[in-house]
Formats: sequence, structure tokens, C-alpha cells
Amino acid sequence: MPEITYRQAINDALAEEIERDENVFVMGEEVAQYNGAYKVTEGLYDRFGEDRIKDTPISEAGFIGMGIGASMLGLRPVMELMFWSFSYVAFDQIVNNAAMVRYMSGGLTHVPIVIRGPANGGTNVGATHSHTPENFMAHTPGLKVVCPATPYDAKGLLKTAIRDNDPVYVMENTLLYGNKGEVPTEEYTIPLGHAQVLREGRDVSLIGHGRSILTALEAAGHLAGEGIEAEVVDLRSLRPLDIDTVLASVARTHRVVLVDENKPFCGVSAQVSHMIQEEAFDELDAPIRRVTSLDAPAIYSDPLEREQLPNPRRIQEAVQQVLEDAPRAAG
Amino acid sequence: MASAVFRAPSLAEAPESVRRLPPFTDLPLFHVRPDCREDWKAARLRKNALGERKANDGRAPIGVEGGIVLRFATGMAEPPIDAPDTEAVAEASRAPINADLSPEAKRDLLATMIRIRRFEERSLRAYQQGHIGGFLHLYIGQESVATGTVSVLGEHDHFITAYRDHGHALAGGMSMDECMAELYGKATGCSRGKGGSMHFFAPERHYWGGHGIVAGQTPLGLGLAFALKYKQIPGCCLCFLGEGAVNQGVFHESLNLASLWSIPVVYIIENNGYSMGTSEARSSRFSDHLASRAEAYDMKWETVVANHIYTVREATERHARHAREHSQPVLLEYKTYRYRGHSVADANSEKYRTKEEIEHYQETMDPITVYRKTLQEEGILDNEQVQAMEKAAKDEAAAAAKFAEKSEFPPVSSITEDVYWESDQPERTSGGRLFF
Ligand SMILES: Cc1ncc(C[n+]2csc(CCOP(=O)(O)OP(=O)(O)O)c2C)c(N)n1
Ligand SMILES: [Mg+2]
Repeated sequence: MPEITYRQAINDALAEEIERDENVFVMGEEVAQYNGAYKVTEGLYDRFGEDRIKDTPISEAGFIGMGIGASMLGLRPVMELMFWSFSYVAFDQIVNNAAMVRYMSGGLTHVPIVIRGPANGGTNVGATHSHTPENFMAHTPGLKVVCPATPYDAKGLLKTAIRDNDPVYVMENTLLYGNKGEVPTEEYTIPLGHAQVLREGRDVSLIGHGRSILTALEAAGHLAGEGIEAEVVDLRSLRPLDIDTVLASVARTHRVVLVDENKPFCGVSAQVSHMIQEEAFDELDAPIRRVTSLDAPAIYSDPLEREQLPNPRRIQEAVQQVLEDAPRAAG
Repeated sequence: MASAVFRAPSLAEAPESVRRLPPFTDLPLFHVRPDCREDWKAARLRKNALGERKANDGRAPIGVEGGIVLRFATGMAEPPIDAPDTEAVAEASRAPINADLSPEAKRDLLATMIRIRRFEERSLRAYQQGHIGGFLHLYIGQESVATGTVSVLGEHDHFITAYRDHGHALAGGMSMDECMAELYGKATGCSRGKGGSMHFFAPERHYWGGHGIVAGQTPLGLGLAFALKYKQIPGCCLCFLGEGAVNQGVFHESLNLASLWSIPVVYIIENNGYSMGTSEARSSRFSDHLASRAEAYDMKWETVVANHIYTVREATERHARHAREHSQPVLLEYKTYRYRGHSVADANSEKYRTKEEIEHYQETMDPITVYRKTLQEEGILDNEQVQAMEKAAKDEAAAAAKFAEKSEFPPVSSITEDVYWESDQPERTSGGRLFF
């Protein structure tokens, strides 16, 4: 199977869906002639022309609202946000309109829109550009949210998102765009709402989404060197949420460390933690620990930002903590 | 961090249902129509009755001394309109869109306005009786706008409005029963009791709501029109907003996009003079007319005194046709007036304006009275017919209230219906939990 970048995987998904369905078009700032602020849409404008790949002015509320209106008439806009941080100027459209019109019309209106773009810190650009609003979005009934961590998932989930008849928000990560991974040449889609066990282990479950889960994977590698076997569960999709795969892992390991680039208060991990204690209380041998972003606006200074985000060291420390709380049986 | 390489799982993991998910619609792509932008600045811009008034009188920062602003004018409200535009009405009555109407069709327009008013009066009573809660924004006084505009729409046209949406709903053909039941929060309501007064929808009638956030609907209307253009459907979209909504950023973003991309959206500001308790003079600064802000976006605009349905129909038809044929947006401003409070909960409705102002408008400008007179002068309406219309509208509204009262509330299980398209289907396409 060929290896391609996460960026190329998204680009391929867009191209395939544009070819497959004439109602699909891509719109956003610098997506066409500039080839994308992060080159995700590179070459698409030359290939498909301006009717399908459209540059917008810097008007997130306006053009995303426009995409929502267009999707109500059956188009399938794929809107790029240069950063999900910029969704805040379009919050009313993204949350109030896209998620609510179906409900308020008693099910008569559909909003098959996709909004995608990077939602991450760790790039040394300061607080305004480092938001991870997947918790805000997943909070809202009517919205679906996916956070692919690998090229395979990025392509398969985006293709499903475009074909989905509900609004699906895809949270990518600028630090992952260059990552390579296996992606089949044959066409495939990945259904939303399926978590994946990236690594099996019996001592502790590391559970998270997006780039954090790769950080957890790295930590798991280090822990293995110390004789600790960590299982790593990638949620992949936050809403719908595959809690069953999470609970099955907890039933195997009985110890949980949640890894989450969200801030701790009302972050995704807060919800997952709640569900584990509610539905697998008897399986837990130790309190659930969390490794989240430290609770302050994203700091600019590079070495400190690395410390603010979940990193392998902090994850390993949390794992040591849960193993102290509930030591493994000797032998 | 080392960039890990991942093993891809087998394709069998993806259920067939996902791959077979059909495209939502199957329509041809559009090509941009030849650009036939006319020199609109040369086009006639009708002045309204207040055309000569200096729009900004008394609202500039005053008391400027040595470059320091000492105090701001509070801008006492002026009556929004003080006289009918008789010349414009006469001209509009001769336009084919009005002149070619059969006497019956002309009477139907009157009947629709009367139906809207009686419906709302009945809903007000239901509110006072405690059957309806929340907000109830009455359209009374503005009926000529919704009735006139919607009456000229063609089969490919669409419309969308804000929360003062009962008039547009009824003018668009929705039944009093489904509207009243929605106000009562009943399962038989047009939105199954999930939208309420501010959120009526009838997509099958090309009516896309009913939106509660001021100006929130303005990019949606743009998007509906964009979709028409994308699919090469020769229609346009009317997008209504209040004069208080024009100061929202998203509206300006939408105007720019509409003009930049030549989208056939017809923005209609229903200028009733007030946004809640704030007069136009206290909220908006502009030269000439509010709609002339369109010039900043190189967009056509026109301001029309809208109390007579003929002028509304004439202007709307002309601009909608232009929007369709040339794929161009336009910003229309219809001068109108609301008689009641901002919502029925507005206890101050006579504090920010005088009683005399309201009475003066009702006596001289009322859209129903004025149009009734016109039809009587044309010799196609007698008193008996008016009485019959009045009685029919009242009976229909009373029956709607009865229908609403008798209808059931939606079952608790319906709270989580209509949230996702997917979860309303017999089979899920995704895994995991959608609700928490
Ligand atoms: C974003 C937002 N801000 C404030 C409100 C509260 N609000 C509802 S209607 C209204 C006045 C709007 O007036 P206008 O646009 O002139 O419309 P009208 O009520 O006259 O039809 C206000 C302030 C709201 N619904 N949405
Ligand atoms: Mg107003």
C-alpha cells in the first residue's frame, strides 16, 4: 500500500468527491489560486476550475452562512477554515444555524455541509490561533465532529463526512499535514463513530483523539521500555462517539489516562471521563487521570507551549500515578 | 515528534451502506450566465415621500468644540413615514404586474392581508389567555409587504425571513391551522412544535424560515440564491430583514459576497422605523436612504413606500426579474410600520413613540384600508365582499385556534427527533452514540 501524507490524503478525498458528485464544491480563503494556506487543496483549482474550487473574501460568517443556505437546497459545500480558531467570528452560523434549522423546522430542512480545517496548538502562533473547539462543536446536538489522526482516517472520514446528510465538522491539525501513512489506492470510506485501538496493552488505557493520541502512542512506546503495557484508543469521531470501544478497553486494563489537547474544564475528556465512571465504575481500579492542555490561553513561547500541551513526559507521569493508585499484581 | 506510519485496516471495515449513500440531489452544474450588468446608477431611483428630508438631521454628534465632542444627540424619533406616495401608487397600478390582474386576483390579495391580520389578532388573544408563551412578534401594519412580495414570486423563487414571520408564512400558502398549532407548541404545528413563533418553515413552498437571530438569515438567503445559480435554476431568493438588522456584520459580509459573485438574492429591508424600542434615527447613520448603503457594494438599491400593495408588487417584480435574468443582487427598502409592540411582551410600545404617531399611520397609511379603497375606486369591490372576507378570515382564525387547542402536545420521545437526518432514518449509517 502506498504511503502518502495526511495533506495528500485530504486532497485526494476532496478530488474524488468532487468528481463523484457535482453538488460538491470547495470554498474558503486562499483555497483556489493560492493552492491553500496549508497547501491542502493544491492543484484542485487547476484541475476543477473556479466553479468547484472557490476563493472567498475574509468573511467567515458570510461565506459559511452562505454555504449553510446552499446546503439547504441540496448542495454539498466543503468549507475550509484556514484555522478552526477563526470559526469564532462565524459562531452564530456554525452553531446556531447549521445545527438548529433542521430541528426548528421539525425535520424539514437538511444541512449536508462539511466544515474542515486545522484545530490545534503547538505551532508557536499565540493564543488566538491555537484553539481546539471540537468540544464546543461536539457539545451541540445536530452537529457531528471528527478528528482524524492519520492519513488513512483523514481520507476515509472526510469522504464519509461529505456524503453525510448532516453537518460534519472535520478538525485537522497543521502538525499532522506532513505525516505519512498507508492509504489504499482503491476507494474506501470510514463510517463515523468508530474508535480504533492503535496499540494493545493490559496495564492502562490511553484514550484521546487527534494529534494527542499520537503523543500517547509515543508515550506508550517509552512506557513499554519500562515494562508497562499501555493500550492506546483513538476516538477518531467525537460525535457520534464510540464509547463501547472505550469501555471494552477499560474492562481490559482497569486504569485510564485520558489525553486531550482541549483545556480541562468542559473539555472532551471531561465528557469521556464521566461516561467511563458512569458505565464502567466497577471496572476501574484507580481514579481516571487526565493529561490536557494546561489551563491558560495558549502561550507563545515555544518551549513553554510544548509543556502546556500534552506531551509524552506528562503522559508517562500520569500513567505512573495511576499505577501508584492501583499497583499491578506482582508477578 | 516522529511521524509514525500507520497500517491501514482492511476495507471490509466500511459498511456497504456508507459507500452506497446516494447523492442528496442530482442536478446539473451551472455556468455563469453572460454578464449583463446594466448601468444601474443611471436607472431611476424612486424617492419616497420623505425623499427631501435630510436623513441625518439632528443625529450627528453635536456640540463639537475644539475637536472635542461634548455630547451626542439622542435623536428624537421622527415618524417613519408621514404620507402615502400617491404618485408612485398610481404608476404602480398601471404596471402590467398589477394592471393585468383579474378582479378576483386583486380581491385575493386583500383577502390575504385580512387573513394575516385576523390570524395575528387571534394569536394575540391566545397569548393573553395563556395558550401561547415566549415571544410573539406581530406583523400587524406590515401586511402589504409579505403579501405583495410573495405574490409575485415564480416557481423557481425562494424566500426566507427573520422572526416576524407569520405574514410571510400565510402569504406563502401555509395554513392557519399549522401556524396556530405551532404557536401553541402542538405536534400538529408546522415545525411539530419545535420552532415556535419565530421559526416557521415550509421548504416545500420554498419558504426557508423563520430565523430568530437578528440578521442570522442574511447569509442563508444568499446561500439559497447561490445554490440556484450553481444549479442553473432560473430563480431568485427574497431575503427579508428588519431595519435594525442592517448594522450586523454578517449582513455586510453577505452584501459584499452577493455583489462580488453576482448572486440573485433580493434583500428586502422591512423598515418599520423601530428595532425594539430604538428608532431608526438612534441606530443607523446613512446618507440619503438606509438602502443606499448598497452603493458601497456597487449594488442596486431602491427605497419604496410600501403601505400600498401595488407599489410593493411592482418594485418586487421588477427587481426579482432583474435578479433572475441578470443574476444580480439588489437591496430594497420597504417603508412600513408596526402597530403593536416589538413583541406582545413589549410593555413600552407607546413609550418610544407617541400614540398619535401610531394613530396617524393607521388612519392615513393602513395597508388594508388603503388597498380596500383602491379596489372600491376601481369598482371591483363592494361592502358585502369586504364583510365576507372579514368574516371568513375571522372564522378561519377561530377554527385554527380551536384546532390548535384540540391538538396534542408532541410526545416526550419527539424531543430527540429531527436533530440529525441520520437518526431519523430507519437505519444508522454511523456507529457510536449520537445523543448523550
Ligand atoms: C443577534 C441578536 N441580537 C439581539 C436580538 C434581540 N432582538 C430581537 S428583535 C430585535 C430588534 C430588531 O429590529 P428590526 O431588525 O428592525 O426588526 P423588527 O423587529 O422591526 O421587525 C432585537 C434587538 C436578537 N434576536 N439577535
Ligand atoms: Mg424594525
